[in-house]
Amino acid sequence: MPPGAVRALCLGAALAVLAALPWWMANPYYVNIASQILFWAVFALALNVLVGYAGLTSLGHAGLFGMAGYTAGLMLAAGAGHAAAIVAALLATLATTAIFALLALRATGIGFLMITLALGQILWGIAYRWASLTNGDNGVKLADRPAPLGLHLSSPDAFYLATFAVFLLCLASMRLFVRSPFGASVRGTRDQPRRMRTLGYNVWLVRFLAFLFSGFWTGVAGLLFVYYNQFISPQVVALQTSAEVLLMVISGGVGTLFGPVAGAAIVVVMKNVASAYVERWNMVLGIIFVLIIVFMPEGLVPGAARLVRRGYRGLRAGSGPAAAEAAASPGTAGR
Amino acid sequence: MTIRRRTVLKGMLASTAMVAAPAVLRAQGAPFKIGLLTVKTGPLAQGGIQMEQGIQTLLKEKGSTLAGRKVELIVADTGGNPAGAKTKAQELVERDSVNVILGPLAAFELLAITDYVREHTTPLISLAAAEDVTQRHANPWVVRPSATSGQCSHAMGDYAAKDMGLKRMATISEDFAFGHEQVAAFQRTFEDAGGKVVRKLWPPLVTPDYTPFIAQIGDVDGVFTGFAGSNPVKFMRAYADLGLKGSIPLTGGWTAMDDALLKSLGDEAVGVVSAHFYSPTIDTPSNARFVEAMAKDYQVVPGGYSAGMYIAGQCVEGALEKAGDKAGDKEAFMEALRTVQLTDTPRGPVAFDEYGNIVGNVYIRKCERKDGALVNTIIKTYPDVSQFWTYDPAEFLKNPVYSRDFPPAKNLE
Repeated sequence: MPPGAVRALCLGAALAVLAALPWWMANPYYVNIASQILFWAVFALALNVLVGYAGLTSLGHAGLFGMAGYTAGLMLAAGAGHAAAIVAALLATLATTAIFALLALRATGIGFLMITLALGQILWGIAYRWASLTNGDNGVKLADRPAPLGLHLSSPDAFYLATFAVFLLCLASMRLFVRSPFGASVRGTRDQPRRMRTLGYNVWLVRFLAFLFSGFWTGVAGLLFVYYNQFISPQVVALQTSAEVLLMVISGGVGTLFGPVAGAAIVVVMKNVASAYVERWNMVLGIIFVLIIVFMPEGLVPGAARLVRRGYRGLRAGSGPAAAEAAASPGTAGR
Repeated sequence: MTIRRRTVLKGMLASTAMVAAPAVLRAQGAPFKIGLLTVKTGPLAQGGIQMEQGIQTLLKEKGSTLAGRKVELIVADTGGNPAGAKTKAQELVERDSVNVILGPLAAFELLAITDYVREHTTPLISLAAAEDVTQRHANPWVVRPSATSGQCSHAMGDYAAKDMGLKRMATISEDFAFGHEQVAAFQRTFEDAGGKVVRKLWPPLVTPDYTPFIAQIGDVDGVFTGFAGSNPVKFMRAYADLGLKGSIPLTGGWTAMDDALLKSLGDEAVGVVSAHFYSPTIDTPSNARFVEAMAKDYQVVPGGYSAGMYIAGQCVEGALEKAGDKAGDKEAFMEALRTVQLTDTPRGPVAFDEYGNIVGNVYIRKCERKDGALVNTIIKTYPDVSQFWTYDPAEFLKNPVYSRDFPPAKNLE
């Protein structure tokens, strides 16, 4: 079998196992944890568009995440239906993203980071201080989860399946984005902005569109978050959330398709599952990050792929380096 | 042969155990599971650790047996944020199947899980102060054995006007819901008793230096503070450093002068008057046991968080006694819990009102130095204070919840 087919088969099997999770995972608590991993993964994938492919590190994405959650929560509290609330939330998030992009894309590198940080803090300030609108730190509650296609999402299983469907869509759109000419031009603006400009690309516009794409999926993740928790408060919008998601992206593997997913899984599992057994789970999480940085500076997924590849090459040393190289090359296809 | 003899012996042992086992089981039943939602990491961890110490002290005292039932405690660290509180509540309810949850610590954590415990019909005993959880959005599955934000400061406002004879006061508190609610309650009773709140200051939650705020206090004859966490320590130090300590008396809510803070305070705290639902000096048998055990096991003077959890444990015991055989049924246990009445707790006699909030004494205390150590000496007891103070509950609930803007401050200068 060609290596590409093996890869596809493995991926298909993994997705099938994940899709069937509610049936083999006996306890609803773990189904809920899995839902959390998935929507944090969507958030991390969204941030990865900017951090990984466009080379723009944002520390303001929690603001966009919260924007979607707050808009939906406040619309529902005002009596709107779920469909209206979701559409309004996504539109509001896109509009906010556009404003973020207009202001932040005046710079790159540290400048970009600082501007997005400041903008995120402004949104946090609004959520925290404009108490007559946002109810301040007492937060906004959602009475109910929606029922798309007649399937009410109140049970952990139903919510998981819906989140999984959204996650697949997100993953597919990311793959499409990465392989598209647009994705290539985004990577071009990351690596050689000046050359891209000479080639006739509007670098600013390419970055702007990438920002919007990132903002859209951040909004989707924010919606999943707020429907999952049925509660949103300013903590979600705070810098810590932005930093945490950035950590997911970096630890998992910047600019890879599955890196952010792995990063989200590590953080969610450590925070929620391991903390029940280890009192100093913060420290364990820190040690894991240090280990990742030391041994796999490119991130968990590409790092693990490299180690596997090296082991594979060692095994196949007798059959010639060319064959090993050919077998190994699909491992980088995700980049 | 030897093997066979051993087998026989084992069989005899096993059968003896089997005969004996049902008696033991009958006496104890399956353990009653208590889940504790607390904060052990992050900036709120101090209060969270005190909460755990409080419930551990009670369980140790009772040999982990409440009302004849074995009790198992499962501790979960929420990390001090709403999403963490929700996940940990799910862990306790869905994975560990606890019979009752104690906690969480912060108001925003409580608000994040009130609907969840209602859906999953799990009794919750919380110390967090969010007013509306036992007021406009009262939840049949929640009781609060500590106090609403306003419960103690209602008494402080009354005392400041009537007993201390203060006329013009300034308030200063962190700019978040707990601070807003405390100050609003203080202002209401103080102004009802003839005083005037002429200035309200709201420093942010994280304020490195209170000097610029203290400079704005101006011409008043008293100050009310609603600080929480470690902020009171910083504030009182700055207040004394600026020389206001002797000239403008300081009053506070329960978190502003909690006894657990005294070890971090010095002479700047002497003379501060505060209202609290608890004091280590309260003379009840259970408080004597509690204070002694806390000193022995943790070398601390207990404050509101640990006492609140000790009392929460006593409420569980009372409800278990009341519910008897039906305690495993959540509905029956919750009903018993809501009607629990205890005469001997560290804070004195307590009962719950129909909204699930505690009715109990509020103590006015003055900080003094006795034998070298700081002590909050009780100078007045307001007996059986409800969350509605002396107002009619129906009238009270028609008003909006206490906030920065309600009740409106009409006497600001």
